[in-house]
Amino acid sequence: MEHARLQLVNKLFNDRPKSYKYNLFQMKLLIDRLTQHYNLTDYKQQRHNLAFVTVDKQLSPDIITHLRDYEGFSHFVLLSCVDWIEDDKLQLTYLLNQPNHKYEIGVRVLIDRKNPEMVSLHKMWKQIWTYQRELHEAFGIIFPGSPRLEENFVLEGWTEKPHMLRDFDTKEYAERTYFPRPGRTSNDPATYMREKLYPNQPVTAKTNKND
Amino acid sequence: MSDLNINQKVSEMLQRSEANAQQDEKTFVRPEDELREVVAPDGSIIKINPLYDYYSGERPQEDKPKNAIVEKFLNWARSESIWVLGFGTGCGSIEIPPLVTPRYDMFRFGVQMRATPRQSNAFIISGYLSVKTLKRVIRSYEQMPSPKYVIALGSCTINGGMYYDSYSTINRLDKYLPVDVYIAGCMPRPEALLAGFGELKRLIKEGKGEKANEYARNFDEYKANQKKIIKDWNMPDYNW
Repeated sequence: MEHARLQLVNKLFNDRPKSYKYNLFQMKLLIDRLTQHYNLTDYKQQRHNLAFVTVDKQLSPDIITHLRDYEGFSHFVLLSCVDWIEDDKLQLTYLLNQPNHKYEIGVRVLIDRKNPEMVSLHKMWKQIWTYQRELHEAFGIIFPGSPRLEENFVLEGWTEKPHMLRDFDTKEYAERTYFPRPGRTSNDPATYMREKLYPNQPVTAKTNKND
Repeated sequence: MSDLNINQKVSEMLQRSEANAQQDEKTFVRPEDELREVVAPDGSIIKINPLYDYYSGERPQEDKPKNAIVEKFLNWARSESIWVLGFGTGCGSIEIPPLVTPRYDMFRFGVQMRATPRQSNAFIISGYLSVKTLKRVIRSYEQMPSPKYVIALGSCTINGGMYYDSYSTINRLDKYLPVDVYIAGCMPRPEALLAGFGELKRLIKEGKGEKANEYARNFDEYKANQKKIIKDWNMPDYNW
């Protein structure tokens, strides 16, 4: 009876709503523990319960395995990709969730844009292979050993270069393929402001990666 | 005995996998299109090739109006029973359900929704149309019995709308299917859709709802346009 009561108290204590400071403190401890083991090239605390670390491509499977097995990040949230065309890099983000402390960590990996290849992690969480299929179609990233990687994901019979790469000109492709109706005019506010109000402004500015 | 059976099964599986591998090298055939054996009602076993036995390879035929007086009566009857295929292709499909409610009530105009293309004669292309959906739309359109009508809903079907520069959505519907009525807007309200039905009824009564014949007449042109953007064309040219 006493044991059951203690268990309940423990459970209530663990499940209590965590404060901002408590979460932040736990995240700092986590990053401290990680830096003892691994070399993190970049670290950013986005919110009290969300941080991003950038790691080497070779180290990333080790770190993700460590996070899952020793730090309790048992829930894989998503795998996404950003095309940093100015740096000639593709940035993969593995977002992991810790259900006990209720915080998340994003492991960022920068891979070469010319030869995009990454280790397949579908054996750690089974659902990753779906994300990898998507990234293979959208960005042309190769994940050796990932199941059904070459199959169509969203598009059917796509023969052009991967459509989410930033140097794929979607407007040019649409005009070449889909019979644009002549006589179309644009009242786009951004175009108007660029032409009329700020003619000397550069058209594309380099985006800040830390934003 | 059971060991023998297992050996047999294993050898069969190996043979099948080899055959599959050989087939994969040639072309990719979807599982539902593979050769199969079907038991007929009289007990005999028939070999079926779905790509050639389930679809017709014949071109659509032109069916011109013959007797003016009879045709006028028929057109009146057709205009009073427009049966719409329940196929929402884009965001505009959310404007169709209110038409079934008492507030708008399209049944009073003789318009109703059907669940299969074989029972319907009007097709609402509701909003943007991706290439992937266009493939299904063409198959559904060709299964509909003639005379059939196409209503293009929203500006995306006219000139691409806000998706004019998208790599996956088409710009002009009339290059791929003959369109009877356009309803402009982004998105048009259900009242506009009702007005579009009124316009379609007027066209049919005037004998101008002959777009199915136009599709048959310019069949090669339409097919060429469709095949230009649907790269993995793995169906017969005409599949009733």
